[in-house]
Amino acid sequence: MRAFAELLEGLTFAPQRNAKLRLMDRYFRQRPDPDRGYGLAALTGDLAFTGAKPALIRELVATRVDPILFALSYDFVGDLAETAALIWPGGSPSASPPSLAAVVETLSGAGRKDVPAFVEGWLDGLDASARYALLKLITGGLRVGVSARLAKTAAAGFGGVPLAEVEELWHGLKPPYLDLFAWLEGRKPRPETRSAIGFRPLMLANPLDEDELDRLDPSAYACEWKWDGIRVQIAAGNGEARLFSRTGDDIGASFPDILADVDFAAVLDGELLVAREREIAPFNDLQQRLGRKAVTRAMMTRYPAHVRLYDILLDGDEDLRGLPLSERRRRLERWYDAHRPGRMDLSPLLEFADWARLAALRASSRAAGIEGLMLKQWRSPYLAGRPKGPWFKWKRAPLTADCVLMYAQRGHGKRSSFYSDYTFGCWRNGGDDATADELVPVGKAYSGFTDAELVELDRWVRRNTVDNFGPVRVVAPALVLEIAFDAVQVSTRHKSGVAMRFPRVHRIRWDKPAAEADRLEALRALIESAATGGEKLASGR
Amino acid sequence: MTRLAELVLRRARERTGPGTMDATATDRQRWQPRWLRPTVAGLWCEPGRFYIDPTRPVDRAVITHGHADHARPGHRSTLATAETAAIMRARYGDDAGPVESLGYNVPLSLGDVVVRLVPAGHILGSAQVAIEYRGCRVVVSGDYKRRPDPTCAGFEVVPCDVFITEATFGLPVFRHPPDSHEVERLLQSLRLFPERCHLVGAYALGKCQRLIMLLRRAGYDRTIWLHGALVNLCNVYARAGVQLGPIGTVSGGARRALAGEIVLCPPSALADRWARAFPDPVTAMASGWMGIRQRVRQRGVELPLVISDHADWDELTATLDDVGAPGVLVTHGREEALVHYAASRGYRASALSVAGFEDEDD
Ligand SMILES: [Zn+2]
Ligand SMILES: [Zn+2]
Repeated sequence: MRAFAELLEGLTFAPQRNAKLRLMDRYFRQRPDPDRGYGLAALTGDLAFTGAKPALIRELVATRVDPILFALSYDFVGDLAETAALIWPGGSPSASPPSLAAVVETLSGAGRKDVPAFVEGWLDGLDASARYALLKLITGGLRVGVSARLAKTAAAGFGGVPLAEVEELWHGLKPPYLDLFAWLEGRKPRPETRSAIGFRPLMLANPLDEDELDRLDPSAYACEWKWDGIRVQIAAGNGEARLFSRTGDDIGASFPDILADVDFAAVLDGELLVAREREIAPFNDLQQRLGRKAVTRAMMTRYPAHVRLYDILLDGDEDLRGLPLSERRRRLERWYDAHRPGRMDLSPLLEFADWARLAALRASSRAAGIEGLMLKQWRSPYLAGRPKGPWFKWKRAPLTADCVLMYAQRGHGKRSSFYSDYTFGCWRNGGDDATADELVPVGKAYSGFTDAELVELDRWVRRNTVDNFGPVRVVAPALVLEIAFDAVQVSTRHKSGVAMRFPRVHRIRWDKPAAEADRLEALRALIESAATGGEKLASGR
Repeated sequence: MTRLAELVLRRARERTGPGTMDATATDRQRWQPRWLRPTVAGLWCEPGRFYIDPTRPVDRAVITHGHADHARPGHRSTLATAETAAIMRARYGDDAGPVESLGYNVPLSLGDVVVRLVPAGHILGSAQVAIEYRGCRVVVSGDYKRRPDPTCAGFEVVPCDVFITEATFGLPVFRHPPDSHEVERLLQSLRLFPERCHLVGAYALGKCQRLIMLLRRAGYDRTIWLHGALVNLCNVYARAGVQLGPIGTVSGGARRALAGEIVLCPPSALADRWARAFPDPVTAMASGWMGIRQRVRQRGVELPLVISDHADWDELTATLDDVGAPGVLVTHGREEALVHYAASRGYRASALSVAGFEDEDD
């Protein structure tokens, strides 16, 4: 438990991806089986316990600690598990504290009413940092800033194998992953997976360099809209079905409406969207559905989920990934005609003769739900990862607005000494005195500038600070930032009533007077919805 | 305070009456020394005609130790240990004013009282002030800790009638791990990230020198690099006989060459422009506050080291029993929990609010 606690602590505070990978790699090297496998499972979210709730922590602490001292402490620390871990009056941690494996295996075999006694015994045998790890582990809230994918990346790196191979195996494996580690250490062959419902790593596209277009042959490429949802994979067979995110996380629990329509055996690639009568809703609507553990009927009615399909990887047991896209598309259309699942349709192919026609299509694509275009080589097989060449994404040109820098905060990691997080605003009429304009914040940006520009921005912030609120510097309203963004959406959470998608600093307008920055009304005019989007974005079939 | 905490506290007060949580006015008069009381200028000893750690210039000051919120310049006369006097002169130069030094455990009559300075174990030269007046002994702890510190004399227990204790870490969530454990974590990080400079924020007076000595004891014999602001006080320690080993000063362009080295700096420099030129630094900080995750995040620290020059909860409570004073006054930090604890253990306890102290970065 000690080593696992150290790992969690390191991961929590390490800002860099590389440092996190190094910490996990060290853990896999130093810990024996089955400890390291359970550690990996804890990070990928593949461990779940019942019977350990925050209420259990409260009850246990109440048996050992004066309630007033606990209340004062909890008030200071602000986190229940952390307070309990720190305040637990364990005199001296035992010489042989429980291992992670012992904790996991004991808990998964324990009856609900035996859990408190086990946890109490462990708390007595561990030091504060390990007690914290234990409590977070059993209540299921590690939050160490490591995605399942990053943990798998570390495992792949540990064994010197491609991430895609680990991902493809993953859903056939169970903690503590003895076969996986045996393979990663070269002691055993790669584990067999016969699971129909495993995740297959996705094929990803590269951004299109427009200068290269002339060298590409238009007839060699299929073109589709680039949908503004999230990329998903549906994997189904033997009466089971899974919905995976792009990184292989199982998100099926949030979308039972999609899975209810799955009664086939296939692996499909598509875009998850919210759609009403096949009309795509803004991304904001989809966001209401993401990340929910349980979803109510009302949510499903209000934000109906939909998958727009563009590829097929497996049809029954037949692996189609080696076939060219042209063939897979034919198979996808045939498959769709045979099954017609209610909440799915096909992403239509766009007709075009030359690049100019496509450029015009892209320029006209201002409707909600569309981010731009996808170009896919007709003869490309389905390759895991982001191979250079066969697939391109050609995002529509970003929108821009001139905004005024209002607040700045320090960044993290390498940027922790720089004011690198910027809140900017637009002008609007100031309430009571309608003759005076005021700035209202419309977004935050952390990127888009070069290192050299960051140095200049940082210097400007330090010289033009007029007030401080904790870590936030308020600056004089005197610097215009040209902000690029993908879309503007209605937002009830922001004072301005609007929210930008992917705002970034496009240019620093040292030259522009702040008074000439854009007004809020101009941003409002860019809010889009399916109803006013012009194009009707239904499937072509 | 959260609603929960308020509720629990209110219930407790209703149940037990005011006496246990805080002394009533009459009770206070009975057991608290009337001749030693807080004023706007600091803790005032009437029959001795002096202030302890005064917050503004006074005629006569008795200074417990060199930290800036205790040792202020500009008094007409100052009494302190020789080490504290040296620290004040190094920090304030001539502004320190005349400082009369007094050895540990040497009784000195001041007015109608007898004063003794007793080692407090906090930093070099730190002292408790024991005051005797008409058969009553009061000990003002100043800042203190109980665990051994290679840079200063260890805390000595002085039995007394009233003990005025600090409470910087006066909550039971503060239980500092052994120093050696934390230093080992720093050395482990150096092994894991040998290409990264380890930039450690440490309070300039006390923490910095102690950390150096702890590293030396752990066998680290490479040059330890210092931010310029730390050099002056390290020299004071060296002159007092604390052997810090090879020390270098970080200057301008040399920073890039410090990959894999340990660099100490004041905590404020961690987020400063100064920190930028180091090669991919691991930001560490040595402070008792680093046991609380929220504080670690606020500071943007990657490697928190829980090393404190203040007593943790276990040390504070053990000290109450060691000293055995029937009356306990709690000051300098989170008084409420320690007052509650002391009262529940049968001490007469109350909070004593003295102006001008801040949470130190240790
Ligand atoms: Zn101090
Ligand atoms: Zn202090």
